[in-house]
Amino acid sequence: MTNKNDTLVKLENAGVLVNDKWLVRGVSLEIKKGKIITLIGPNGSGKSTTAKITLGLYKNIEGKVEKFTDKIAYVPQKINIDWTLPIRVNDFMNLTSTLKNNEIDSALEITGTPHLKNKDLKSLSGGEFQRVLMARAIAKKPELLVLDEPVQGVDFNGEIALYELIKKISDTLNCGILLISHNLHVVMSKTDHVVCLNGHVCCSGTPIDVANNEKYQELFGKDISKILSVYEHSHDHIHKIDGTIEKKEN
Amino acid sequence: MLDDFFVRALLVGIGMALVTGPLGCFVVWRRLSFFGDTLAHSALLGVTLSYTTEINMALSVFVISSIVALILLKLQKKTNLPADALLGLLAHSSLAIGLVVIGLLATIRFDLMGLLFGDILAVNVNDIAVVWIGGAIILIVLKIIWKPLFASTVNYELAEAEGMNPEKYNAIFTILLAAIIAISIKMVGLLLITGMLIIPAAMARNLSDNPNQMVIFSIIGGLLSVIIGLFASLEINTPSGPSIITSGLILFILSLTKIKKKSQLNN
Repeated sequence: MTNKNDTLVKLENAGVLVNDKWLVRGVSLEIKKGKIITLIGPNGSGKSTTAKITLGLYKNIEGKVEKFTDKIAYVPQKINIDWTLPIRVNDFMNLTSTLKNNEIDSALEITGTPHLKNKDLKSLSGGEFQRVLMARAIAKKPELLVLDEPVQGVDFNGEIALYELIKKISDTLNCGILLISHNLHVVMSKTDHVVCLNGHVCCSGTPIDVANNEKYQELFGKDISKILSVYEHSHDHIHKIDGTIEKKEN
Repeated sequence: MLDDFFVRALLVGIGMALVTGPLGCFVVWRRLSFFGDTLAHSALLGVTLSYTTEINMALSVFVISSIVALILLKLQKKTNLPADALLGLLAHSSLAIGLVVIGLLATIRFDLMGLLFGDILAVNVNDIAVVWIGGAIILIVLKIIWKPLFASTVNYELAEAEGMNPEKYNAIFTILLAAIIAISIKMVGLLLITGMLIIPAAMARNLSDNPNQMVIFSIIGGLLSVIIGLFASLEINTPSGPSIITSGLILFILSLTKIKKKSQLNN
């Protein structure tokens, strides 16, 4: 069932201990080409930590991380750019790769930010900056895309558009996406697999499985947990609850 | 032509400015001004080492500065002390050890003033070769590591996540910094070398809105400082190293009138 060629990253029982405190522990997940995995959980539940483990940003971890790709793009939750550094959007787009002008233009076009190309990075608003971060990640044409709360600071219409965009990226680039949702109970409909964290993996599975899971309902309360499937319009196939995803069409 | 002390001084100064321009930009961007100072202070130890063992001065300064830089990187990982406290600790203790060693070598005549402020007018053809060859190597390495170094300067995590290996390139950059201090200490001295790194870059920041532009302005600023400073020291008989730095400062003050894009919030 596990096709190694499709697997981009694999976490086995991964955990990080910082100052005698487990930020997160016992996380197992697998990101495959063309699949979207969404992490949800309350504040401090280890969502960003899990993303960073996946990216290899922690040196000493428990468990195992195996990476099968180098073409990675990361949209961090927070990014501070120092004022001492004069940098335009155009320079930022080329940060970790060398792109052609038309590649930059089309990525900015897709995220609705072509007019910002020659602007100073510091002059952007939060939402604009978020889109530019996204554009930079897309322009790299990654195999693995890690998005840590990519819609924060973006207005509601923009949020829906960005979710649409993520879906489109997943379709056109066929990359694996690890998405951290800033919203506990909204998961985009195209998500293949949801992992609910609370210092450990609380539950995981398809969005519907997780919404119906008792532990999830315990964590967030029954009323709220119902909303999970808001974006869940056309999910008509059934999966197993545990970590392994076996896609079984209707 | 190389017989003329003034021409030699100009050649050395120009060679230095070509290297300190781009390196200085990174020093400013990465908030390493004090780090440059620390390396320069530790250079005194390197100088005394060269006097006692008769190793080439640039080489011994380079070795000592590199060791101090690596100790700093280790200490940063091991302790909870903030970087500036560690820098202060290393700067002053290495300076103190250097002076203690000088004291122990009472038999050796030592020009402390020359060491602190340098003497660019006393350079020989050998020094010119050291600055130009060493400088060329530094610039070539910097060119090679430019992209990952710049990426990790903008954002360490982003660079690391996307496979740019920032830790390695930060270490290489630190070595380059030790190298420029080593090759220029005889010319401007250990108190003024950080000035050569920071002042032209600071001036350039005022005039630039993108990184490449800032590097170019920084080089131009450094070159102008050297040329104006040296001519001034010749005309009005002022010490040459400090005159170069003062010229840089004047350029910086002039650049304040042309500041590009300042944050509205003043942060």
